[in-house]
Amino acid sequence: MSVSRDMILKLYKALMRESSKFPAYNYRMYFIRRTQEKFHSNKNVSSPDEIQQLYNAGLVELELLKRQVFISQMFKPEKLIIETQKQTDKDTG
Amino acid sequence: MSLILKAPKNFNLSSHFFLITRSLTSKSPPINGPLKTKDDIKPSKVMSAMGELSGKPLYLDAQATTPIDPRVLDAMLPYLTNAYGNPHSRTHAYGWESEKAVEEARKEIAELINCDPKEIIFTSGATESNNIAVKGVARFYKEKKKHVITTQTEHKCVLDSCRILEGEGFDVTYLPVGSNGIISLEDLEKAITPNTSLVSIMTINNEIGVKQPVKEIGAICRSKKVFFHTDAAQAVGKIPLDVNEINADLVSISGHKVYGPKGVGALFVRRRPRVRLEPIQNGGGQERGMRSGTVPTPLAVGLGAACRIANAEMEADQAWTKKLCDRLLSRLTAELPQVIRNGDPEETYHGCVNLSFAFVEGESLLMALKDVALSSGSACTSASLEPSYVLRAIGADEDLAHSSIRFGIGRFTTLEEVDYTADKCIYHVKRLREMSPLWEMFQEGIDLKSIKWSQH
Repeated sequence: MSVSRDMILKLYKALMRESSKFPAYNYRMYFIRRTQEKFHSNKNVSSPDEIQQLYNAGLVELELLKRQVFISQMFKPEKLIIETQKQTDKDTG
Repeated sequence: MSLILKAPKNFNLSSHFFLITRSLTSKSPPINGPLKTKDDIKPSKVMSAMGELSGKPLYLDAQATTPIDPRVLDAMLPYLTNAYGNPHSRTHAYGWESEKAVEEARKEIAELINCDPKEIIFTSGATESNNIAVKGVARFYKEKKKHVITTQTEHKCVLDSCRILEGEGFDVTYLPVGSNGIISLEDLEKAITPNTSLVSIMTINNEIGVKQPVKEIGAICRSKKVFFHTDAAQAVGKIPLDVNEINADLVSISGHKVYGPKGVGALFVRRRPRVRLEPIQNGGGQERGMRSGTVPTPLAVGLGAACRIANAEMEADQAWTKKLCDRLLSRLTAELPQVIRNGDPEETYHGCVNLSFAFVEGESLLMALKDVALSSGSACTSASLEPSYVLRAIGADEDLAHSSIRFGIGRFTTLEEVDYTADKCIYHVKRLREMSPLWEMFQEGIDLKSIKWSQH
């Protein structure tokens, strides 16, 4: 079975969604950035075997992120100063 | 009960005490709304010159330690929970399972520095690795050779090990460094005598980020048949490092500087030509007898995973730290005159930016920058107000050595954090300079060095 464009898009969205769930600012930003970068740099891969390999690696990473987000959410870190400042900016208008 | 009823309406004790009072009156309804949970605890307040701020400071101290990568933690967790066997147990499946994981980790570390897995020895960290390498090799060859060479800018653990060796009757040469922080290869060649057993020079300096020419140093050491040890705690996983290319005989690796767990490190000990050393820790003969003691499986697995990830992400990490480093430098130098970068600007690791802000005392700037976690030098010496010996070794004037700040940028640092830090830094340096009479005199064109300060 070959990997369709649709499946890749779905994987990308799932990875982005999972990355954005990290409660710790630095992990969240890193995984969002790297997911974007990785998909972007592999945009022109055409060999079906390689696509399959990358797709499988993406699925493994998705499972990993789900576990780690779950663990992180149990031990929530304090918000960073730049996050709380952004919040107060929003609150005050 | 009566005490609680008398309590003022805005009953505001710590949540801990609140829990106790509530449990005493568990049948009555809560006085001030629902029971306090962990989420209700307000973030700690941080005082700064700009007023009270809430939230955790930003982390820009990647040379002291790095946060553990979630992918590393994910690899470790099975060995912290269900797979608890002793990796040295040869008689049952629990042991085999752990042994397999430890050997896999050894392979991952070996791949990163391009050596044989058998040449990797697990230790408790780079400090132990450095101790084993420096003391171990010097002591093993002491009958024939009693001379060790190192540099003035090494990490404390190498310098202190050398001091111990001096007490045991060894000769130690501490090579000076130039104003850019790099040693002179001629000095090194001149310092090597037939009596020299070991040269120990770090790859990347922990305070100023300078890269030593390890490849050339390795070639000199090999041609003179002297063992070459390099403390690569700050380099492994950050820059490409091939032990065969640099001809290193011993390499120290740290776990928590490559987004791995704390409490684990490794030492590469070459097998051909064979490096022999006297172990510091004796016992069950694990790790080829060089470091006895049960290998901590979860930590070893964590170090392995950290090295595997560093190998895969090196290009991306390097590009990112370079981008952030350039951003920080360009923003600071555009707004502030008299900012001096300590160490060579070319031969450097971009994740470590050591700057001196002239006419501003480093410690007072650190105090003002409470909302950013920074350091004036190495974490080991951050408790003292003495200027760093590394900065003094590169010939920085006393006043500039006192005004240094180290910005540590890593994999998880963001652009937003760098911008915030730069803004805060610019604001506080300007503010502190305005208060400084020296800054005023400098602006009037008075050469401060020509002034004879009166003696009291």
